[in-house]
Amino acid sequence: MSGILVVIEQREGRISRISWEAVAAGQRLSAQTGEPVGAVIIGSETETLAAEVASRPVGKVIRVEHPLLARYTPDGFTLALQQLIQSESPTYVVLPHTYQVRDYAPALAARLGEVLIGDVVAIGEGPVFTRQLMQGRLNGSYRHTGTGACFVSVQAGAFRTEVSEATAAAAVTSFTPTLDVAQIRTKPAEPFRGSSQTVDLGSAQLIVSVGRGIKEADNLPLVQDLATALGAELAASRPICDNGWLPMERQVGSSGQTVAPKLYLAVGISGAIQHLVGMKGSQCIVAINKDPDAPIFEVADYGIVGDLFEVVPALTEAVKAARS
Amino acid sequence: MKIIVAIKQVPDRDAQFRIDAAGKWIEEADLQFALNESDAYALEEALQLKEKNGGEVIVLSAGPERIGQTIREALAKGADRAINIACDDLGTRDALGVARLLAAAVKQENPDLLLTGLQSEDLGLGQTGVILAELLGLPHATLILHVEKTGTGLTVKRELEEGWFQTIDMPTPAVLTIQSGGNKLRYATLMGIKRAKMKEVRQLTAAELGVDGAPVVVLDRVSLPLKQKSTQILPGSPKEAAAALVEKLKFEVRVL
Repeated sequence: MSGILVVIEQREGRISRISWEAVAAGQRLSAQTGEPVGAVIIGSETETLAAEVASRPVGKVIRVEHPLLARYTPDGFTLALQQLIQSESPTYVVLPHTYQVRDYAPALAARLGEVLIGDVVAIGEGPVFTRQLMQGRLNGSYRHTGTGACFVSVQAGAFRTEVSEATAAAAVTSFTPTLDVAQIRTKPAEPFRGSSQTVDLGSAQLIVSVGRGIKEADNLPLVQDLATALGAELAASRPICDNGWLPMERQVGSSGQTVAPKLYLAVGISGAIQHLVGMKGSQCIVAINKDPDAPIFEVADYGIVGDLFEVVPALTEAVKAARS
Repeated sequence: MKIIVAIKQVPDRDAQFRIDAAGKWIEEADLQFALNESDAYALEEALQLKEKNGGEVIVLSAGPERIGQTIREALAKGADRAINIACDDLGTRDALGVARLLAAAVKQENPDLLLTGLQSEDLGLGQTGVILAELLGLPHATLILHVEKTGTGLTVKRELEEGWFQTIDMPTPAVLTIQSGGNKLRYATLMGIKRAKMKEVRQLTAAELGVDGAPVVVLDRVSLPLKQKSTQILPGSPKEAAAALVEKLKFEVRVL
């Protein structure tokens, strides 16, 4: 067993940033273990993408190619990667923690008698892998004790991609897995957008966002008033939209929109990672929450610890006074 | 349609917790526990499928004695019967160890559909359903918001990132992990609570199922996260804090 394989994810011919972050995590492991980093790209026509990956700081690129891999299916990807891993026997397999990886990587690891250490935010000496527990309120340090490959997926934004100087392009090889159409049991259709987007939170300069702390739909006007006073768009964390209190298009987070406004004012949002990934790039984050240990305060620039039902009306008044 | 819903009892979302003396997990003695949220949606989906297509809904859970309470609540909401796997070492098992336990119990039932929530609120692994599918040799799909029975199997609506969705056709038996928000959750009725007391709860143990729990991944220790930013907490009464924030918004953030 040797080497670190980083699985690159593509969507419609584009490699997402989190894949480069996975490469950075692979390099972190490489610095510790001395093992070389290779990259894997999966699909049916990966030549161009493989060339792009080869220009990055990786020792080699493997194209896992098959017509049945043109569209993602958990069966196809699991079978293809299982064969590749058995052929390459890497020490580590590093993946981006995306919806797609969450869909197949646990099965892939289990098929090889291993367990994915998922959603990793840091890699320490050992290596010890840190992942978040209790909705981000606790960190857990995990170690791999199995005898096979160690599978790790990394959280978006957790590993900084370094802009490296141009190096010689890595060698690209191809690997053709044995796949049969009968092995692919699910038939996915083309992805489609949800409801037509009428709110573009992505371009909003000011956002007031509301979470579970608001308790009831009837209390929403409280936050709407603050947003109006500030001239801000109203957004929400997932549970608010799940309950149908606000339309899904106002949801910020991994399943909703990603925003980076000048001001993101989070009201009654505890700050689970699924929410934080959608807003932590904001220039200024303000959090109002009754729980001083809420994870939202870890990313906030300013915080008010208190009852939102008292703080928000006071803030609305103060904003109105400042505006007039 | 015979549907098994694998559910997990987790610490209540708002619970204040302390790290235990060994630094391995949190003190459980003074915690409140509740049904994991996405598992509640999985149960709701199962109950609605049964209402539409007929059949049976069985809840399955593993854990210490306290999970009996959560199982009763699921029965009160309308599940027909339950399987309770007594297991005091859930915390030291890895995701594969837990899934092996559940899979052994599922095999005895041969369901048409196995549902579970997409991830737990405590460990947040999001792996149990997918590993269950692998162990049972069944097709699966994750992050499912809607399930429709068809002549040949199922059509499911899967959530993708950033507001995208996808429908997937698949045969049964199958495993689905359910995303929250696809349905409106029901409450248990008084009649439901009364009936739950009469419903069958089959008791199993890990030993009976013949599943050992040797992990390949271990949780060594837990700790409080380090702050990424130095948050400036604005003190005082709500009015004072609000005034201080407006100052900041005006002169430092410059948005007023």
